[in-house]
Amino acid sequence: MLDLREISKTFNPGTINEKVALHKLSLHMDPGDFVTVIGGNGAGKSTMLNAIAGVWPVDEGRILLDGHDVTALPEYKRAWLIGRVFQDPMMGTAPNMQLEENLALAKRRGQKRGLRWQITKEEREEYRERLHALGLGLEGRLTAKVGLLSGGQRQAVTLLMASLRQPKLLLLDEHTAALDPATAAKVLELSDRIVEENRLTTLMITHNMKDAIRHGNRLIMMNEGEIILDVRGEEKQHLTKQELVEKFNALSQQPLESDAVLLS
Amino acid sequence: MAAYVSSLSLLKLLRNLPGGVSQGLIWGIMALGIYVTFRLLDVADLTVDGSFATGGAVTVMLILAGWPAWAALLAAVAVGMLAGLCTGLLHTRFGIPAILSGILTQFALYSINLRIMGMAANKAVSVDKYQLVLSSRNVPMAILTAALISVALVTVFYWYFGTEQGSALRATGNNPAMSRALGINIDHMKVLGLSLSNGVVALSGGLMSQYQGFADINMGRGAIVIGLAAVIIGEVIGGALLKKYINFWFTLLFTVIGGILYYVVIVIVLWLRLNSNDLKLFTAIVVALFLAVPYLRERRISSFAKFKRKGAKSDA
Repeated sequence: MLDLREISKTFNPGTINEKVALHKLSLHMDPGDFVTVIGGNGAGKSTMLNAIAGVWPVDEGRILLDGHDVTALPEYKRAWLIGRVFQDPMMGTAPNMQLEENLALAKRRGQKRGLRWQITKEEREEYRERLHALGLGLEGRLTAKVGLLSGGQRQAVTLLMASLRQPKLLLLDEHTAALDPATAAKVLELSDRIVEENRLTTLMITHNMKDAIRHGNRLIMMNEGEIILDVRGEEKQHLTKQELVEKFNALSQQPLESDAVLLS
Repeated sequence: MAAYVSSLSLLKLLRNLPGGVSQGLIWGIMALGIYVTFRLLDVADLTVDGSFATGGAVTVMLILAGWPAWAALLAAVAVGMLAGLCTGLLHTRFGIPAILSGILTQFALYSINLRIMGMAANKAVSVDKYQLVLSSRNVPMAILTAALISVALVTVFYWYFGTEQGSALRATGNNPAMSRALGINIDHMKVLGLSLSNGVVALSGGLMSQYQGFADINMGRGAIVIGLAAVIIGEVIGGALLKKYINFWFTLLFTVIGGILYYVVIVIVLWLRLNSNDLKLFTAIVVALFLAVPYLRERRISSFAKFKRKGAKSDA
């Protein structure tokens, strides 16, 4: 489904701030894979997701999605293949637009946008049902401005938006990091449900080791722009947090010092 | 003082008001164009000072060349859209900040407008010789015509910004990162919005030149400020009158009404015999005040200063 072939990205090349963010990184994901990504700060997790999404072009390598070579396509031209939820709850929705308008925008992800009315009646019914299924009471607030919703509600809406039009790949970039623990747990549970119901191929970054182990069928660990650990299936299910930390220290040749990772 | 008050004739004010209303309506149409860039695209587009005069120049020259007035207006819209296209391309293709792109186009338009008018600083078009869409000679008719055009434009805008494309344009101004992630080409949307806006501004310039009977190289000077004044006055008044019942159609309509109110105030100021050279200062102060209202209101609800006052009280 997703094929990263030796992609590299260096920021600010030739300057004092030069930073190799991705180094000949390769990753193959099968349809239906749910891969969780962990790693310290600056390991290249978000850079990898942004490279897949096409936020900027990579320096080298190829990116294949569902058989399409998207390496040369700008972000908006590959959007039809990809659903995304960002770390910042403000980023995934348009705050001054109505809830149903946001959903209608997402429903047409990557489609031609012509002079038809933005929302049809049937769509409105569909949105009401899908919002009802979220269990947040949002089905009665279709015409409310999204800016009035809480961070957790907005992430839930963004999740729904990412899956309204079935994506080939769902990218979750630490999408619960900005939420309080209870809300984060709810949004994660919701993510699981949406991924399962739609059988989505998913790539999820998290800072939380327990979440990384509990969710998905495969786990990769990144360090300095490379994948240093790749476990799946049985082996992944039996991983413990302790083992992961030990593995990280052994593989990265530098102690895992981020408190966020240790304490989580 | 008593002599000054008794010298003010209420009759004279009433006589001048209709003229103010008709001019305000024409500026209100321009404000609709400014609403698109300022409120929907989140860009302060300074092209308008130039494209307003361009609209006037094109309209007058084409009418003088024998075109029917309505066709001349349509041509003005097309040329105005080209000006917006220039600003849009400078911004999206060459990475020049939007506000600077607008200033560059506006600057260039001064020369272009002179060329359109055959190197003259102004060109007259007499309502006696030509069939015009509206004229200050017949103010009630001018008000009716401008009002009809306004309502038609408000309705077309209401429809367009409710379509898939229009909503993509609004999304671009509201959250560009999200828009890209949803497959919207935000560069296209910005260029489209700037073109649309300047087309409407040129239309308004074309109407104004017919109303006053001439096009002038300086007729667009300060148009952006007047437009912003109309947008903001419209928002404040519309919000106060309709409260939460305000919808997008009324928001647009109140933008036009904002233009009328602005001009009525100008008429009153002139009636009070304040020096007309101070008008621009007066306008700037009004716009600054209205722009500051939302911020000041927010600050009244939550501010550091409040705590300072409270702290002083509890210490005492």
